Amino acid sequence: MPDATRRERLLRVLKTVTTQQLPADDDESLFESGLLDSFALPDLVSALEKEYSIKVPDRDLNPRKFDSIARIDTYLQDHAG
Amino acid sequence: MRAFLHGFGMHVPERAVTNAEMAARVERTPEWIEGASGIRERRWAAAEISVADLAIAAAHDCLERVDVAASSLGLIIVASGSARPGFPGPAAEVAARLGLESTPAIDVPMASAGSLFGMAMAAQMAAHYGDALVIGAEKMSAVVESAALDPNTAILFGDGAGAALVSVRPGPFEILDAVLHSNGQYRDSLAFDWSTPLRMNGLSVILQAARKLPSSIEEVLARQKIAAADVQMFLLHQANQNLLVRIAKSLGVPAERVYSNVARYGNTSSASMLIAAAEWSQANPTSGPVVFSAFGAGFHWGALLARSV
Repeated sequence: MPDATRRERLLRVLKTVTTQQLPADDDESLFESGLLDSFALPDLVSALEKEYSIKVPDRDLNPRKFDSIARIDTYLQDHAG
Repeated sequence: MRAFLHGFGMHVPERAVTNAEMAARVERTPEWIEGASGIRERRWAAAEISVADLAIAAAHDCLERVDVAASSLGLIIVASGSARPGFPGPAAEVAARLGLESTPAIDVPMASAGSLFGMAMAAQMAAHYGDALVIGAEKMSAVVESAALDPNTAILFGDGAGAALVSVRPGPFEILDAVLHSNGQYRDSLAFDWSTPLRMNGLSVILQAARKLPSSIEEVLARQKIAAADVQMFLLHQANQNLLVRIAKSLGVPAERVYSNVARYGNTSSASMLIAAAEWSQANPTSGPVVFSAFGAGFHWGALLARSV
């Protein structure tokens, strides 16, 4: 479970790339719910890089890493310091 | 040894398959298709037309435009991901139908990035073999009709062919540099073998393409110390309008600087970049740098930089 501050920050980023209601369940698939499509995903990765001042390397460009709020948070914990 | 692009040619079949017709096949609406892809129609060849037929038509168009006789060609390169399986590939037939009896003819069975790789290879090989005709030719309608495809995939593809003449003789564009990359770890993300429907993991393909196309373009521009803003036109593989717009945004250039005909022809795989080049070069005077770039199954991707002479 993301901590509250980090979660709020992540939700703000997600809201910049989708107009849909964010899921209440952090483990819900953002793709299967229709919240992210194949063109919103590159925008999300770019937005995360900007927000967290990180560079997501090409080897990490795996949609599964960004499939839910929980997975994105795990990635950010490991890479955003 | 310097190499030059002398000109381009193209051919698309007459029959336009509209979104209305496609929508009925895939149980989507025309509006949904256009929104998802930017495509309004695509051209499909008749059943009896082969990849080699399309390639020959583009070859003749190119040779006529550059005023070069087929008999003077030293090398033929034909890129296609939709040629029928087995050997020989279409390059040998294309060479034979151009009247060539001993000129080397190479197949590049690579799909979308094939014509880019072919142009880069031709730029290196023309000094040894002579004028090189690079062709990208696809009959993607045969792929679409070979099996029940995912509607998200079936809507995309069209048929056509493009061609370019590469020579060490001075011509309108000098090829300055090219970068080519491949990563077979993603070979299952986009694949087709005629025994099963085309497989495409759209999320993975778009995510990788949205990153790798601009990065390869920036790589070749940086090597030649040219700014994206100074490029006259970006001639890219026409995969999807939404992707082309994102590439422009990533490069920090207006969307109009990325040539687009995907609305009229759909995604013609390896043919698309050269069809775009043929259309653009006919309608515009050449001035300044031009970038070619493509990404496709493999994954293979890269960029080629040329500059008007």
